[in-house]
Amino acid sequence: MTYAIEVRNVYREFKPPGGIVRSGRPVRAVDGVTFSLPAGDVLGVVGESGCGKSTLARLIMGLLPPTSGEILVDGRSLTGMDRRERARLIQPVFQDPFSSLNPRHRIRDIVGLPLASQGDIPKARQVDRVMEMLARVGISSEMAERMPGQLSGGQRQRVAIARALVLHPRIVVCDEPTSALDVSVQAQILNLLTELRRELGLTYLFISHNLAVVEHIATEVAVMYLGRIVEQAPAQDLFRTPAHPYTKALLSSVLTPDPALGIPDVGLGDAYPDPTNVPPGCRFHPRCPSAFAECAATMPDNIRKDGRLVECLLATTS
Amino acid sequence: MTASLQDPVLSVANLRVSIGGRMEAVRGMSLAVARGETHCMVGESGCGKSISALSVMNLLPRGIIRTADHIRFQGQDLLAMSERQMSRLRGDKISMIFQEPMTSLNPAYTIGSQMSEVLERHRRATRRQAMDRAAELLARVGITAPGMRLGQYPHQLSGGLRQRVMIAMALMCDPELLIADEPTTALDVTVQAQILRLLQKLQQELGLALLLITHDLGVVARMAHRVSVMYAGEVVETGTVADVFAAPTHPYTRGLLDCIPVPGKTQTGEPLGNIPGVVPRIPPGFAGCGFRDRCMSAAPECAQAVPLRDAGGDHSYLCRLPPDWTRVSAA
Amino acid sequence: MSSVGIAQGLPGRRRFPAFRRLATLLGVAIVGIALLVAIFAPYLTPHDPFAQDLNLRLIPPVWMEGSQPTHLLGTDQIGRDYLSRLIYGTRISMLIGVLTVVTSGLIGITLGIVGGFYGGRTDDFVMFLITCRLSIPLILVALTVVALVGSSLAVVILTLGLLLWDRFAVVARTTTMQVRNLDYIAAAQAAGASRMHILVREVLPNIANHLVVVATLEMALAILLEAALSFLGLGVPPPLPSWGLMIAEAKEYMFFSPWVIMTPGIVLFVLVLGINLLGDGLRDMLGADLER
Repeated sequence: MTYAIEVRNVYREFKPPGGIVRSGRPVRAVDGVTFSLPAGDVLGVVGESGCGKSTLARLIMGLLPPTSGEILVDGRSLTGMDRRERARLIQPVFQDPFSSLNPRHRIRDIVGLPLASQGDIPKARQVDRVMEMLARVGISSEMAERMPGQLSGGQRQRVAIARALVLHPRIVVCDEPTSALDVSVQAQILNLLTELRRELGLTYLFISHNLAVVEHIATEVAVMYLGRIVEQAPAQDLFRTPAHPYTKALLSSVLTPDPALGIPDVGLGDAYPDPTNVPPGCRFHPRCPSAFAECAATMPDNIRKDGRLVECLLATTS
Repeated sequence: MTASLQDPVLSVANLRVSIGGRMEAVRGMSLAVARGETHCMVGESGCGKSISALSVMNLLPRGIIRTADHIRFQGQDLLAMSERQMSRLRGDKISMIFQEPMTSLNPAYTIGSQMSEVLERHRRATRRQAMDRAAELLARVGITAPGMRLGQYPHQLSGGLRQRVMIAMALMCDPELLIADEPTTALDVTVQAQILRLLQKLQQELGLALLLITHDLGVVARMAHRVSVMYAGEVVETGTVADVFAAPTHPYTRGLLDCIPVPGKTQTGEPLGNIPGVVPRIPPGFAGCGFRDRCMSAAPECAQAVPLRDAGGDHSYLCRLPPDWTRVSAA
Repeated sequence: MSSVGIAQGLPGRRRFPAFRRLATLLGVAIVGIALLVAIFAPYLTPHDPFAQDLNLRLIPPVWMEGSQPTHLLGTDQIGRDYLSRLIYGTRISMLIGVLTVVTSGLIGITLGIVGGFYGGRTDDFVMFLITCRLSIPLILVALTVVALVGSSLAVVILTLGLLLWDRFAVVARTTTMQVRNLDYIAAAQAAGASRMHILVREVLPNIANHLVVVATLEMALAILLEAALSFLGLGVPPPLPSWGLMIAEAKEYMFFSPWVIMTPGIVLFVLVLGINLLGDGLRDMLGADLER
């Protein structure tokens, strides 16, 4: 079986700007990530800022080369893949629709760019497909002539989705697609993404810090912490029976609109994850409410069982 | 809840804010915050919640005009105050914390010198006294090794720590009223929960009146005693948080609550409720309900003045519909 | 405590005081007139600017005693009509201004965008070129070039164009670095767009407003430098009516006939002032914040 996305032991380091005297230690934004995503699934990737989820997204979109490891999209390696071919396979939707659309271009040119870049699609055919796609996401043909500045945030995100889908890619990488939007608009966009996935048989890699949103849209969830996936499981299992202490903390910090409940105690200490200074042993141990002595010394193994992955010493011992 | 509404710490009546005569940002907002009470103003971007708070502090940018029947703080009329009197009040009896602590802290000074400066300015305290107070408050907001933090610069702290510093700084002069504008929006979820817990604890211990501005209904439900839902510059629904969440009555409040996915409640893959259209910009002279263009239950009379209806208790809303109206099916 | 963060989302009118607007309009008027004069010079001149008449040497302008109505601004030391020479001088100044900016802009913007976009070694190399350029003594290079290949209009334009690209490069580089990390660039890459498309169609339009401001500043500088070089005899060769050359030729007569040095001087000042006012106005309007 070929997976839509296969990530094999991928690392990505960034060199901090070096001074004359000493150059800083490289930061490992993605630190040995492995997963595979079957076609038609939605993998939700959750984690706090600096956990490497956006870097992972850029690696999978081919916008950044990995330092080591291999990424296969639709069974083919991203390294050395022609940019046009890659564009036909995988497309992004970004967080901020105010920076993801070039403010100097017309909407129809923005949506038409992936088609124009293919180089072999007749102009008339391009126009038809752009208009068809815009209509599908709910943007009128009259709006197609406007500039991005004349559209609201929700409309702009619809345009970004149309651009991502105009080449009929197999996979869409959504990097916090609703985080910059108002609540009422967020619901519109989530519904649109859900409908489109069903109609077009898309695979989503859906990155978000909002667990309620991920629970709503994902079939499989990966939890990242300081560059590694610390837990991965089918969405229902992960939300019902979280295994990793970090996943538990994340879940307990979701504020559902229920006045009967107070502000939860997530049980994490003061320590804040710092990608430039990853702790030894289990990287979560300084914040972990269930940490014991061995956690500071031993890095936990990947425990894979019943289609779940957990990286925690507690899971090894029990 | 023991908060009495007779003598609110802050009371605003019929506040109007006009931007350059071209746009009505706030249209007749009224609000009261009692001692020991958390009052949440909730709404989407552009609904006028932040600008209302800035109006109270008289911190509006030039060209933006506020008028009101009254704005009272502990019985004093803030409208009649000179800028000099206001600046004596700000950071002293009324404190404010903002969404992005990095832009509110001066990167060129240490945490300690910025915190102590507040006390030196308002209370003529010596640097020594002020530093002691700063260290005490840093410990109180849950910062370990406060002595070391005092000597650090803002960029050396994480976002969560900076917001704690901002809270400590706001408490330097024992304020009566704390206005917090989206204090956790820029933070990670786990840190958000920690900061909100801290705010709640301090509010209870110090008996603060807390005016919390947010777009997050989850934060409202968990934090607030009272809530005011704002839309297009008006408070469209207000009441105790229990009443409003148990029986949301204004079509906008209901729509908003339907929009958010709730783990265990909304079905995965099923469509969420949504409010069609976009938030309008209200020109001067606009009459009637600001929500009518997006409302499923809109009727011709919505273009006229809308009544403020009572839904029992302190719970009121701004709509032509009776409290027990049932939704017209969206389909 | 600042309220800036909150005030950002509000629609506010950009403050544009009446004085600044007036100054900008003045700039537009001056540059507009100079352009028209430069283009239509042959139709505007009352006399042939090269025609000498030794009988009519150093006739003063109309407002002075001894003037002749046919020579509104008088004549120079070899009897050429001063107004006609000034009009043709506008043409030379504008030609030099525009062509120098085109040449230096092409070089500077290309280097700046490439360095700013790709970063790393490429950027180090561009920065090194900029530093080298800033270390070149302009006048000495001009002197050497003239000594080697002789002076002509083309040589002046090429020399200035090859030397004045540094500010274009610096501004293009920093603004590109700001644009490079925006999501629409990543989206274009993911869309399969070519590098050329990304640099020219995605980056360039978004930094153009800054570059237009630089262009006006550089144009004014080029015109001043040409005048200086011509004054030193390193620029446009006689008998071409360059303003700098006119000042140089008139300097022996300045004590007895001060207008011969005053008029080209004033015209030069007005044009450069006009271009600078226009640049300031553009900067205000386009919201480009640069230091000068």
